[in-house]
Amino acid sequence: MSKLSLEHTLQGHKGRIWGVSWHPKGNAFASCGEDKTIRVWSLSGNTWTTKTILSDGHKRTIREISWSPCGQYLTSASFDGTTAIWSKTSGEFECIATLEGHENEVKSVSWSHSGNLLATCSRDKSVWIWELAGEDEFDCAAVLNSHTQDVKRVVWHPKKDILASASYDNTIKMYAENAADNDWYSTATLESHNSTVWSIDFDADGERLVSCSDDKTLKIWRAYQPGNEEGIYTPDNETVWKCVCTVSGEHSRAIYDVSWCKKTGLIATACGDDAIRIFKEDANSQKNEPTFSMITSEDKAHLQDVNAVKWNPSQEGQLISCSDDGTIKLWKFIE
Amino acid sequence: MPTEIENINPNVYGKRKEREVTANEEDEDVPDPFDTREIFDLIRNINDPEHPLTLEELHVVQEDLINVNDGKNEVNIKFTPTIPHCSMATLIGLSIRVKLLRSLPPRFKVNVEITPGTHASENAVNKQLADKERVAAALENKHLAEVINQCIASKV
Repeated sequence: MSKLSLEHTLQGHKGRIWGVSWHPKGNAFASCGEDKTIRVWSLSGNTWTTKTILSDGHKRTIREISWSPCGQYLTSASFDGTTAIWSKTSGEFECIATLEGHENEVKSVSWSHSGNLLATCSRDKSVWIWELAGEDEFDCAAVLNSHTQDVKRVVWHPKKDILASASYDNTIKMYAENAADNDWYSTATLESHNSTVWSIDFDADGERLVSCSDDKTLKIWRAYQPGNEEGIYTPDNETVWKCVCTVSGEHSRAIYDVSWCKKTGLIATACGDDAIRIFKEDANSQKNEPTFSMITSEDKAHLQDVNAVKWNPSQEGQLISCSDDGTIKLWKFIE
Repeated sequence: MPTEIENINPNVYGKRKEREVTANEEDEDVPDPFDTREIFDLIRNINDPEHPLTLEELHVVQEDLINVNDGKNEVNIKFTPTIPHCSMATLIGLSIRVKLLRSLPPRFKVNVEITPGTHASENAVNKQLADKERVAAALENKHLAEVINQCIASKV
């Protein structure tokens, strides 16, 4: 029997903790929450401790933080309508830019694989793409208004400049830049969930996406390029994303986050029923009709809703979670 | 507060008698899980946003539309807007949520929904009330928090 073994329980934030994010090297992480602060944690000896508290960047809840691929920048999305960019180039973290433009709460922020593009999304239903225009300078490259409701999450493709967004309108959308006129546009709408899509994550090579929803299901989507051997119709010569697997009956409340491990292929979920669950693709799973099974369920992982789960990008099997109960937990997955 | 009152002549109902305290309830050694009456007592005196009446007096909340499972940490409330187009429905639901959020131990999962078939935008209101992120953002809005606090503040 595989299981999650609890390695550390950390406290520091006051109140609900909304997000955690691993530094790309996997030896540090950041956390954020309703106390309007960001904490940067690192390991010294066998204990994780807060190395820095960033407390003067936002006037309201910080919903999500995200590291740049180079690990020098940290970004924070806040209910105050702004996104802050923190730089560590001088040794200490300092806020080098504040991105403004959204009409209300910013829900998510994500860096592209190259580190040249940044995406944000908001309750104002829009997705913004920002271009790194020089040191400490960000230009707005696109304002995308395809969603009809609150946009909950933006995540970049691991290898290409393709962006995915998840929304309260129950859909996921994909965006790419038109090579002819450099305009960003929505290339696909992924419809299948019956309620809010809270989170999404790509697999290691970006050919598949996992999504989780208020409808208590997980869905796996696969990309079919024009001219695919399966003969899936691709109108307008665009990549089509098809829902190839739905995992239902395993979660008893809304699923707030999902993380697809780039190293092991394991999927972890954060649920409103206080549990963390781990899913694995079955050995005899088919490419176009894959099957996933729950291999571990840590039923009382936290005392309240689990808000986020993230696999360590460099240390195999290490998982971090945070909760409404004000704690951060580090877990080791044991096969 | 609304400038125009939507439902001018709402039906007004009587109030329930106080709960009778039993010997078991006074005995500290007997486990005393939350029951529907206890939850009802927490929300019955919430004020209606547009009338000087409580949610109990307007039959917006009723004890038999409350479901409690103390062991499973679940509280489910159904509330009935006074009219099917009541624009106050979200605010009333939010007040019930906030009152229970503040009164109950944090282990409880509180679901607040409109009684099926009693409101034109039932699904949209239910979805909004169930979205904890939007509820959190709403409560950071000073004006809205004030209005909710006025609804919750009990006069009795």
